[in-house]
Amino acid sequence: MSYSDKVIDHYNNPRNVGSMDKSSADVGTGLVGAPECGDVMKLQIKVNRETNVIEEARFKTFGCGSAIASSSLATEWVKGKTVDEALTIKNMDIVKELSLPPVKIHCSVLAEDAIRAAIGDWKKKQESAKPVASAVAQ
Amino acid sequence: MSTDVRVPQQLPVTQHAAPQGVKLPIYMDNHATTPMDPRVLEEMLPYFMEKFGNAASRNHSFGWAGEEGVETARERIAKLIGATTKEIIFTSGATESDNLAIKGVAEMYREKGNHIITAVTEHKAVLDTCKRLEKYGYRVTYMPVQKDGLIDLDELKRAMDNKTILVSIMAANNEIGVVQPVTEIGKLCRERGIIFHTDATQAIGKIPVDVNKQFIDVMSISAHKMYGPKGVGALYVRRKNPRVQISAIIDGGGHERGMRSGTLNVAGIVGLGKACAIASEEMSQEAVQLSGLRDRLRDRIMSRLDETYINGSMEHRLPGNLNISFAYVEGESLLMGINDIAVSSGSACTSATLEPSYVLKALGTGDDLAHSSIRFGIGRFNTAAEVDYVADRVIETVERLRELSPLYEMAKEGINLADVKWAGEGH
Repeated sequence: MSYSDKVIDHYNNPRNVGSMDKSSADVGTGLVGAPECGDVMKLQIKVNRETNVIEEARFKTFGCGSAIASSSLATEWVKGKTVDEALTIKNMDIVKELSLPPVKIHCSVLAEDAIRAAIGDWKKKQESAKPVASAVAQ
Repeated sequence: MSTDVRVPQQLPVTQHAAPQGVKLPIYMDNHATTPMDPRVLEEMLPYFMEKFGNAASRNHSFGWAGEEGVETARERIAKLIGATTKEIIFTSGATESDNLAIKGVAEMYREKGNHIITAVTEHKAVLDTCKRLEKYGYRVTYMPVQKDGLIDLDELKRAMDNKTILVSIMAANNEIGVVQPVTEIGKLCRERGIIFHTDATQAIGKIPVDVNKQFIDVMSISAHKMYGPKGVGALYVRRKNPRVQISAIIDGGGHERGMRSGTLNVAGIVGLGKACAIASEEMSQEAVQLSGLRDRLRDRIMSRLDETYINGSMEHRLPGNLNISFAYVEGESLLMGINDIAVSSGSACTSATLEPSYVLKALGTGDDLAHSSIRFGIGRFNTAAEVDYVADRVIETVERLRELSPLYEMAKEGINLADVKWAGEGH
């Protein structure tokens, strides 16, 4: 397996590693993959309630170098985007950016899944928060 | 481990400074192949240019010189394993030897029976050969192994029936280094008139093997796992008590007493012979040295990292083998972090099939820990300084990757990973 320079760079210097409080209303958490498949990604986003812009992103990944690079890149890309813009990121964009070989395409799919799962979690929180918010207003 | 070499190639350039006396990169994958011993090369060199004759040329001095080299090699191999020279058949390597042994016995003894017993942890050269024979009407029992990698002798006894013609169980495993109870298996076979083949690729030259004391009837040998050249091996075939016959799978000029046609690889055979001669002299001393280095590696790693698990028996094991799973860290990413060290992983990501090691799975190791495994193969030319460097780099990389691992974080929070419903399950 040969790694592209970009994969190696993300592996050696992963961006936005860490965790945010998953119980926070502004934080969406996506946990995808499974240990027995050899890949688990946790991707978290912190979204500005007013603007829907993703202000912070964090990840932790169990997986090969390409999986680590895909999720590291995903956090870079979602940061500064609105939630809707982030949903337009496609796995093939990640494949292209990191020059992933065919056997590593699943890593990019997982990263896309992680973005969607994190946004999905955040959206769910907003919906369940709404009635509470209106109740407070009454 | 010819089909399971799992070292990433084109490794990125290392950024680490080598400690004094250590030259990077370090080769510690001696189950995949070994570097040639310079003494072996020296012995081989004349056979490329001066002594280039065909060993089968009986009527001139060029042929005689080649034949002399081959016969000296045959004597040296026979001496190492307690055989006679007429029992050694030269081949292109252990894969061919395994094929010849199993297919050759199956065809020759077809009248007697059609049942073969082997084990799930065998090398693919044995497993896939058995699978092919199943297509031709042979019945194959693939014995499970116990948690420590050893087969259960009672289970083996129960698997034998009056149609069993062959038992093929490896002497030592290429991934976990586990050494099977060869003598006991041989005895069970001999008592029942069943032919016993052992793939001794990893064992020869590392631990004592004696075909008579261990009741071995057919045995595969490879040169490049014991500091000899690639592309040459041998098959031991017992000539008496009892006499074992095998059908050839390569037909032609009738070389090697009709069992393996094809012009002999004289230089390679000379190299194999020299490798065996060195092993006869140095093996016992070398085993002490290698197991010392292996234990040093294990102790250094395991004293500083928690949740590391040794795969396979420590007691019944090749001296230079260590196979460890580092929980919460994926094997390929670990290899990438120790890119100035050549080792192998049982992770799916490093195999062509995207399946984690079937050997580790056979031990009952979960897929998650199979993905996290690293095989260290310490050999003749490794040093204590190298072992210390490898241990330190592994520790440092595992610690770094655990900080990056959501599984490690979850485990530290007290979450039982087995209870989590994973989104990706069934991938």
